[in-house]
Amino acid sequence: MNNALSITKFIHDWLFSAMPAATASIVEMVLIAIVYLGVFAIAGLFLVLLERRVAAWFQLRIGPNRVGFQGLLQTMADALKLVSKELTGTEKADKFLYNLAPYFVIIAALMALAVIPFSQDFQAFDINIGIFFLIAISSIGVIGILLAGWSSNNKFALIGAMRSGVQTISYELSIGLSLLTMILITGSLQLSEIVEVQKSGWLIVQGHIPAIIAFMIYMIAGTAETNRAPFDMAEAESELGAGFHTEYSGMKFAYFFLAEFINMFLIASIATTVFFGAWLSPFGITESIPWLGVIWFLLKAFVLVFLMMWFRWTFPRLRIDQLLTLEWKYLLPINLVNIVVMAFLVWQNLIIQF
Amino acid sequence: MATSTINNSFKTEEYFINMGPQHPATHGVLRLLLTIDGEIIKKVEPDLGYIHRSIEKMCERDSYQQIVHLTDRMDYLSSNINNEAVCLTVENALQLEIPDRVKVIRTIIGELTRISSHCLWWGVMGMDVGALTTYFYGFRDREMINDIFEETCGARLTMNYNVPGGLMYDIHPNFVKRVKDFVTHFKTKIPEYDRLLTGNIIFQKRTQGVGILTKEDAISFGASGPVGRASGYSCDVRKHHPYSALDKVTFNEAIRTEGDTYARYLVRIQELWESLSIIEQLIDNIPEGESRVTTNAVIKLPKGEFYQRVETARGELGVYIISRGTKSPYRLKFRSPGFSNLSLLNHIAVGGKIGDLVATMATLDLVIPDIDR
Amino acid sequence: MTNEALQSLIGSWFPNLEADTVSENIDVSKTEEALEEKIELQKPVNSSLLEFSEEGSQYLNVSVPSNLLYNLMSQLKSSDQTRFDYLFCLSGVDWQPELGVVYHLESTLHRHSIVVKVQIDDRENPTFDSVYDIWATAEFHEREVFDFFGIKFNNHPNLKRLFLTEEWEGFPLRKDYVDTINMVLK
Repeated sequence: MNNALSITKFIHDWLFSAMPAATASIVEMVLIAIVYLGVFAIAGLFLVLLERRVAAWFQLRIGPNRVGFQGLLQTMADALKLVSKELTGTEKADKFLYNLAPYFVIIAALMALAVIPFSQDFQAFDINIGIFFLIAISSIGVIGILLAGWSSNNKFALIGAMRSGVQTISYELSIGLSLLTMILITGSLQLSEIVEVQKSGWLIVQGHIPAIIAFMIYMIAGTAETNRAPFDMAEAESELGAGFHTEYSGMKFAYFFLAEFINMFLIASIATTVFFGAWLSPFGITESIPWLGVIWFLLKAFVLVFLMMWFRWTFPRLRIDQLLTLEWKYLLPINLVNIVVMAFLVWQNLIIQF
Repeated sequence: MATSTINNSFKTEEYFINMGPQHPATHGVLRLLLTIDGEIIKKVEPDLGYIHRSIEKMCERDSYQQIVHLTDRMDYLSSNINNEAVCLTVENALQLEIPDRVKVIRTIIGELTRISSHCLWWGVMGMDVGALTTYFYGFRDREMINDIFEETCGARLTMNYNVPGGLMYDIHPNFVKRVKDFVTHFKTKIPEYDRLLTGNIIFQKRTQGVGILTKEDAISFGASGPVGRASGYSCDVRKHHPYSALDKVTFNEAIRTEGDTYARYLVRIQELWESLSIIEQLIDNIPEGESRVTTNAVIKLPKGEFYQRVETARGELGVYIISRGTKSPYRLKFRSPGFSNLSLLNHIAVGGKIGDLVATMATLDLVIPDIDR
Repeated sequence: MTNEALQSLIGSWFPNLEADTVSENIDVSKTEEALEEKIELQKPVNSSLLEFSEEGSQYLNVSVPSNLLYNLMSQLKSSDQTRFDYLFCLSGVDWQPELGVVYHLESTLHRHSIVVKVQIDDRENPTFDSVYDIWATAEFHEREVFDFFGIKFNNHPNLKRLFLTEEWEGFPLRKDYVDTINMVLK
């Protein structure tokens, strides 16, 4: 692991002195998992509220502002309501798969959160194949969606799940390729290395034109990965009821709901890490204060989250065949050409470095 | 999922989906039985009658003033125009001389109703194709019209302002000024609507070339209103059989020839401009005079058959009264525009996808109580 | 085309082969009763199988016997001088004792209108020919007439009830329909 903050170093030493090494590492891992579960829950709560306020702002309304200061406790109230709801499963649903499906999406989202470098010392798992790991993990989330649609024994849910599955698998290609474009500059898949390289200028500035194109493709593909508008055919409210999570209620529905927001946060975080320098401040103005890194990271991530919310409340929805045409006939060829251009730039040393 | 049934190794089956009666996209209680093969629609069969209230049978028992109240509930988005239709039928049958003031006010209120109905249509259209914010913008402008109506007519949805013989009461003193303020405000809003939805490439891809209706089919299926006009069929009743003050104003009929969903959309947007122009021509010169001509307390139409056609926001509404000289009609038939517009849904939706069906239905602008009566 | 021109054109399509060329002159008589009697005695035999009237209506009304209905309708649509391609209203009426259907037609080319009426005495099993293949809008309208009046249409692709449920008994818009639960009479 990377260097821990002094608190974590303290806990680490205390654990290892108090118990045998094997137990201590297990306890450490459990503690870290609990911390990340907490991050997951709080981020989810905050993001749902942000979505509702932003949507209200676009729609000339106010949004929730009564429960708690400026509505901060609104999502808590909603979560409590969802917990107390009856879990109405259908009789003919495949019980095991029906119960298993939400867990796939949650676990995929949590595992991906683990590798994100929130700050210099705040990273749970700095594996040397960081980006590869991230892309692989987000593919596991698709299984959850397909299982949910299939096991609900509901035609609408099945159509929604199929559409979503096809969409997610297609757009993973674009995400992978656009991230690959930036890896050409850094030369390493490890996330902390990527941040190190960005100390001489953010990657989006270093790579100029191909990087900007890669970023735009990444944002489009990322919005499609998380099934958000304008790519939310899978849960198109005005067409098929509620898509693949029609038959879920109560806490299981809350899992899917939260997982969608965390995925959105993940896409924004990955973009922040790879394109915008993670926890680095622009021009290094606050390098001397290390704990400000988290604030910078969150700020950049939330700007991108706001951008995704802006898309949702402005654009109409694409039809499923138009969605797939966009990916296979437009984004993929552009991406491939972009990689070649970037490779040329790196070879000829034309990247901008400060 | 293979969509070809010719390929023997991968046979697919058609299956059967029920859309409605409670569904966000069917604009009311309409049940559509879809037979689909993958994403392609093979057959659409509407199932009606969920809000059938036997208005025509009730009209055989009610007096003519009471019938006007029933017409509000048919196509509740053009309630003023529905009232006007029945009042005009009765007045033409009795050969009453209606003062010019009444005619001009009826036309202004009819055009305001049309704008209000199209505002709601635009909001719902955006919502159906996925742009969820348009709903709020459409309703914001509709609220302004509803406030004007509330001040003058006393109600926001089922106005009942027209009676046989004229208007129920004279217009409120603030009416003229508020309508002029609204017209000025709304002229800045339609370009906003255009920037948000009309020019959006995603919206254009969703609606261009979808649900094409040829001119012959439009006439054969009895399509009227914007649905017919988008296919090149000139069917505006305000032009061909003008009523009230419509022969005194000049306006263009919004006609397009492509016949697809995008054309129907553009026709309605242009109708908004035309209605604003009609209101502007009339609002400054409302003639003085009475607002109501007295009729008998018990109205009895002479023996015979009377037919009046008006142009509601959905198309051509016809009121057909067969009278035998009594105080209720012997038979009253409403020719509703939505009924004919719905009958062509199967014809234009087959072969398209479910997403196209939703976009097409949004532009047919169906109001189910109008169909079910 | 004017109503007189329409009347003579359409009437000429279905000439009444038994008609005498009886003139329609009626003697002027002093009392009203005698006048009416004379009119009855000397009721002219129509030169056409169709009956035309403009009384009590703003359009030209054509009454056609039910066996000639389909023929008349297809000629009205296909003939170049009439070209009635827009059926804008199809209503069922219970004339007591007959049941009938009223068709309002308009031509989008010539912009003239006409009303076609057809009646049948049989209340048990009234049947007309469907005009669905002439004007596609008739499909739904005829279903509505079947639903409310019980009039059946030959060659209709899908003749079943439209608004009421399949199990409903009776035809509500007939004048002799009795329903003590749902109908509130004054």
